[in-house]
Amino acid sequence: MDIVVLIKQVPDSSEVKLDPKTGHLLREGIGAIMNPDDRHALEAAVRLKEAHGGRIVVLSMGPAQAIDVVSEAIGMGADEAVLLSDSAFAGADTWATSSTLGKAIEKIGKYDLIICGRQAIDGDTAQIGPQVAEYLGLPQVTYVFDIEAVTDGTVVVKKRLEDGYEKVQCDLPALLTVIAEVNRTRYPAIGNLIDACGEQAPITIWNAADIGVMTCDVGLAGSLTHVIRTFAPKGGRQTQMLEGDTGTVVRTLLEKLRENHLVLTDSGVLSAECREGKLS
Amino acid sequence: MTVWVEADLCNGCRRCLKACPYGAIEFSGEKASVLERCTSCGACIEVCRQSAMKSDIRPRSVPDFSDRKGIWVFAEQRNGQLAHGALELLGKARQLAAELGEDVCALLLGHGVSQLAETLIRYGARTVYLAEHEALADYRTLPYTDVLEDLIERHRPGILLMSATHIGRDLAPRLSRRVGAGLTADCTDLEVDPDEKILLQTRPAFGGNVMATIVNRYSRPQMATVRPGVMEAHQRPGNEGRVVTTPVSIHEKSIAAKLLGAVREKKDAVKLCEAKVIVAGGRGVGDAGGFRVLEELAEIVNGAVAGTRVAVEEGWISADRQVGQTGQSVRPELYIACGISGAIQHRAGMLNSRYVVAINKDPRAPIFQVADWGIRGDLREVVPELVRQLKSEVRQA
Repeated sequence: MDIVVLIKQVPDSSEVKLDPKTGHLLREGIGAIMNPDDRHALEAAVRLKEAHGGRIVVLSMGPAQAIDVVSEAIGMGADEAVLLSDSAFAGADTWATSSTLGKAIEKIGKYDLIICGRQAIDGDTAQIGPQVAEYLGLPQVTYVFDIEAVTDGTVVVKKRLEDGYEKVQCDLPALLTVIAEVNRTRYPAIGNLIDACGEQAPITIWNAADIGVMTCDVGLAGSLTHVIRTFAPKGGRQTQMLEGDTGTVVRTLLEKLRENHLVLTDSGVLSAECREGKLS
Repeated sequence: MTVWVEADLCNGCRRCLKACPYGAIEFSGEKASVLERCTSCGACIEVCRQSAMKSDIRPRSVPDFSDRKGIWVFAEQRNGQLAHGALELLGKARQLAAELGEDVCALLLGHGVSQLAETLIRYGARTVYLAEHEALADYRTLPYTDVLEDLIERHRPGILLMSATHIGRDLAPRLSRRVGAGLTADCTDLEVDPDEKILLQTRPAFGGNVMATIVNRYSRPQMATVRPGVMEAHQRPGNEGRVVTTPVSIHEKSIAAKLLGAVREKKDAVKLCEAKVIVAGGRGVGDAGGFRVLEELAEIVNGAVAGTRVAVEEGWISADRQVGQTGQSVRPELYIACGISGAIQHRAGMLNSRYVVAINKDPRAPIFQVADWGIRGDLREVVPELVRQLKSEVRQA
């Protein structure tokens, strides 16, 4: 069972803020971590390896400092890691990213399964998994929360839906995207971590030329979508604080709601009057 | 590819600073300089009136898309039931269509679902492309992708919208890669650029801390998924539409995935996306028992109960009731936030509510910034009082 795991280094938590004056991202002082869903993807791969044998190659794309998460992945049990790092890759949308990752996976060559996290916390797009699957012509199962069995060239998984789940059997090779529910992740083993940081670390860095892509097909130049504006989300309503004891504030609130055509009735729904108010 | 500043030409106007989406321009003294994080997107070059921003980027030509017309909506259905998000998309699509002077089409895939076409027309579709086949009965990635690819190649739409549901987020990226189209995920706003006539796709990024507007200049259709609950569905009783049945040929063997079974877990009576009133609880509710009084209030007004991520993680309320960046987006008439501090991730999911009431002990809780009316107090006193007064009103009436 040879597995490729896609991981991404992301800013720690959602502490990213915009400078209210300039509208710029304030990045200073924010650490970087392995994307949480991706950590579960790696854990799933390590468990499959423990059960079925095989090799795990971790693949990441990012700036030079992304070597940190790649090393951590070795610490968690990956056998090998490839970091795609080239200034030409910068500014990529998911189209260009999936092309780049797809090319690299073709170069890695041997795999039965590709596992990635459902989405990264900095972009939340959930697009890379399916786009890489399409690039490679593999079937995909997304939102996987249970990998039940791997037998006879198929994998049986459960995938999460909004109101339940489905059990799916999928031919291998295949690409899965997993959600956090799939497992509890382990801490990296210290011995592995030391190896991962040593000179003999099984980490390879590839640039655009190494994977045979033209710079016009990757990064911002190879992207189909472009950010034209970033801004702080609108907040701010005219908040009115209601004062007084509990009985008074509740009475005032109900009056305010009525003034605004919001009538709470026993049949529950707002009255017709308020529906019209809403549509005005 | 690099961008640099000709310092002699720079007059310190700071237009580039405002234009840079990546925060990659710095001012030292009165001169701009480009930081390492620059992605050579060229936004600064466009706005610089001094021609001080220089680059070695070759300008990219925009292909001619004048033959790409029509706004398409993927009409997601499961077990013969249309997803509400699809109707919301039709509402938005009609608005975009009016601005572009184009038509709205819905794509209905499934088996024995033709009766849904009528609903799609009532909500604004002018054409419904209907593809029916046994192999399409349950959603599966590959056959759905094949059918949609075929429709796109034959009819060449300009825009394709899908709901950002689990199905939409499985299908849209697969299809986008298949047809060579750029895709923007989880949009919360769609507009037409008045000059370029392209779709402006706005979505939250970085956990909702930043909004980004994204365009798709170099490929068609312009694809976007939209968070369910963000747009408004509108019935258009007089709308006339036609149903176009599209031939489907699928070989079961070519489908690599087989559905072995499906389990539906129990759902509360009132869906969050359809509730007129939502009573939501956060950390301040304290425990699962605390949610009972919220449920009582919700019941009186025929509303739904929701929670923050904390409430879900604590196990006080099920995950399908979560409102926020990682949960659902809602737009009820009235959103009553109880014991919710109002982290940006939560606010992202409820900002479109018509009216917001916030009840919190901490007067500095950020939820008050997005509330119409704020009550500083203990929800365990305020909510029961609200229940009591509402009940007595009902008795009087």
